[in-house]
Amino acid sequence: MAETRTFKTNLQVSSSPHLVTTLDTRKTMFYVLLALVPAALASTIIFGFGALIRILCGMVFACACEWCYNKVMKKPDTTSDLSCLVTGAILAMNVPANFPIWMLAVGCIVAIVIVKCLYGGIGRNFANPAIVGRIVLLLSFTTEMTTWPVSKIGGAVDAVTGPTPLGLLADGELASAPGLGSLFMGTVGGALGETCALAVILGGCFLIWKKIISPIIPCAFIGTVFVIALVYYAVVGGDHNALYMALFHVFAGGVCYGAFFCATDYVTSPIMDRGKLIYGIGCGVFTMIIRLMCSYPEGVSFAILFMNIMTPLIDRYVERQYFGVAAAEKAAKKAAKEAAKASGEQKEGAKA
Amino acid sequence: MFLRAKHLSSIDAGHYKNTAKCATEVMPIPDVVKISMSQNIGAPCQPLVKKGDAVKVGQKIGDTDAFLHVPVHSSVSGTVSGIETMRNAMGGMDTFVVIETDKLQTVDENIKAPEVTDHKSFVAAIKESGLVGLGGASFPAWLKYDPKNLDEIKNIIINGAECEPFITSDHRTMLEDAQDVLDGTLALIKYLGAEHGYIGIEDNKQDAIDNFNKMIAEQGITNISTFPLKASYPKGAERVLIYEVTGQVCDAGVLPASLGCIVANITSAAFISQYLKTGMPMVKKRLTVDGDAVNKPGNVEVPIGTMVADLIEFCGGYKGEPKKILLGGPMMGRAIYTDAQPLVKANNACLVFSGPQALIPEETACINCGRCHQACPFNLLPTKFADAYETKDVKTLNDLKVMQCMECGSCSFVCPAHRPLAFMNKLGKALVKEAQ
Repeated sequence: MAETRTFKTNLQVSSSPHLVTTLDTRKTMFYVLLALVPAALASTIIFGFGALIRILCGMVFACACEWCYNKVMKKPDTTSDLSCLVTGAILAMNVPANFPIWMLAVGCIVAIVIVKCLYGGIGRNFANPAIVGRIVLLLSFTTEMTTWPVSKIGGAVDAVTGPTPLGLLADGELASAPGLGSLFMGTVGGALGETCALAVILGGCFLIWKKIISPIIPCAFIGTVFVIALVYYAVVGGDHNALYMALFHVFAGGVCYGAFFCATDYVTSPIMDRGKLIYGIGCGVFTMIIRLMCSYPEGVSFAILFMNIMTPLIDRYVERQYFGVAAAEKAAKKAAKEAAKASGEQKEGAKA
Repeated sequence: MFLRAKHLSSIDAGHYKNTAKCATEVMPIPDVVKISMSQNIGAPCQPLVKKGDAVKVGQKIGDTDAFLHVPVHSSVSGTVSGIETMRNAMGGMDTFVVIETDKLQTVDENIKAPEVTDHKSFVAAIKESGLVGLGGASFPAWLKYDPKNLDEIKNIIINGAECEPFITSDHRTMLEDAQDVLDGTLALIKYLGAEHGYIGIEDNKQDAIDNFNKMIAEQGITNISTFPLKASYPKGAERVLIYEVTGQVCDAGVLPASLGCIVANITSAAFISQYLKTGMPMVKKRLTVDGDAVNKPGNVEVPIGTMVADLIEFCGGYKGEPKKILLGGPMMGRAIYTDAQPLVKANNACLVFSGPQALIPEETACINCGRCHQACPFNLLPTKFADAYETKDVKTLNDLKVMQCMECGSCSFVCPAHRPLAFMNKLGKALVKEAQ
């Protein structure tokens, strides 16, 4: 008899779906770290082992900051999601190769403790921690942050430090700036990660291929910089033609690095495709405004920070297209408008 | 997407169609069946039999005067040993007619092919057959086939997508009962006055598509065609299927009939043909049994009311200790807490897991990646629903159109933080309904 049989009870129950992806936060962050490898290798080749040491130190400091904060505040440890390593690496790749390591530690504390943890940890920060860390370092240690060691490849042998291509441009010494080829390969002065456009683009394409980031933000950012530079130099003129200058603006400085690795930070960029487009274009516009009109030679980090702050606004006001709703709402709006018009006509009729 | 997309967003949840090659086995009649009195959305039936009554196969044992219902029939012959109230798979309390079987399967003498001549007699016959929507929602089929705008019905869409991972029972129906599927589709086209029938099949079931194409060509059928769909989840959801096949946008809460479409499951189509021939009501169902904790996975035809434990025993018993049993697929199926649970008409799979699928993944913080939004076929914002639900903000939930959500679970699947977004959407919908 079935009644006397024993049945399995107390089985696990939960709401559907009972199948979830294996791509969790940790794996996502791991892919981002992988994508940073080409740029890290390139900077080690260009600037020597000092570059690699600073990148590793940045990761260690960032991880230590988050671990200590969670310990002190008696919160569960969150370092295992690897996001602190990403922040540390991105911050470290934003500094010159001879940057004092204790200053890098200050930057990590600002980025991780103040910008990320105090706002509630991963997912709650309103600005990109690495970008804020970089800006704080730039404003606090301006000399150290703007003393650029020259490339070990193709640089002047006798010089130890030299200006960046954008610095030369701002000082009106474009004639002595390196050509597009060395800009693309990164054998110029600049921050660790940003000089070699080739390595950055390789890493960015890896992220897009793995569907970690959407191509919309980098494409909109770089595209906007290119178009604005093209139009500006076509109107203003100069030593080189507009196309050369447009490519110069794309490959010099941190546009590629910022577009692929900083602006695409999930937490501080819009989630809808239209929002991403607006955000990317905004980053490009503010970068070019700062580069062309302000006293700073480079404006990528300020532009990204500004658009980070705009992100909640963009997400709120960008038009949402829900399946099935748009048509119905449009019809309702139209009907309401016609009704208002009809009642207005009636009123006018009554007046007359 | 901001450009009008040709296809709705979908996800790659994996297919795991391990049992696609397993021909259907007929399960022997178990000692006892428990037949649920509420196997459809709408009113539950009242039992027409009492303890001690003898019942035969196909005999009506449950009915009600309420409008939205379908009658329930006995799937076995034997003696009613009691009327029980117990918790059903959905979590609510329900009445069950318990029948001790005599294993003779004596067919009720009233069973004969129904006389169907026009739409009205067709709907009446379907109502008597006990057919419910077999995709999972159990909407009474007769009501679906009786739209108010009958003369506007143009398309019959037969849903053979079977997008849920693991399940292959519809696939087996398409291979084993292909003629019934075509006949049933023709019957629907004929009695509903439609112009064309589309059989939507995901392209991971190419053998079924080829088979249908061959049969349609051989028999010279002009008003049915197959419609291959990209094999991705959730292509078999009604509103997604209508968009993919006809390009029409079906709003939530709107019947497909208002767009001139009637959607029926492939198994419903096969059943309609069999019922019109024999008059045997809905008393058996083909199920996929799979999962890492079953010894002999396969496709099994069971009498309605068979206990899960009996079904698993037929499939070689449990392999190790089962931790989770699902009725339905892993994306939308229900987890049951005991295997003393009888099967109902809408069940199309029974999956048993003991490995990682049985565990609830640890939830971490949202990183605002927007994958839930990209995965949602309807472009909704599940992460915002979750935030609004946590603050019980009904107005925001309404503004975000939470009622459009069909609970397909794509958002939960893709979430890298493993947040139970689909669950929160369900709770959010319940909150909005409560507030109305």
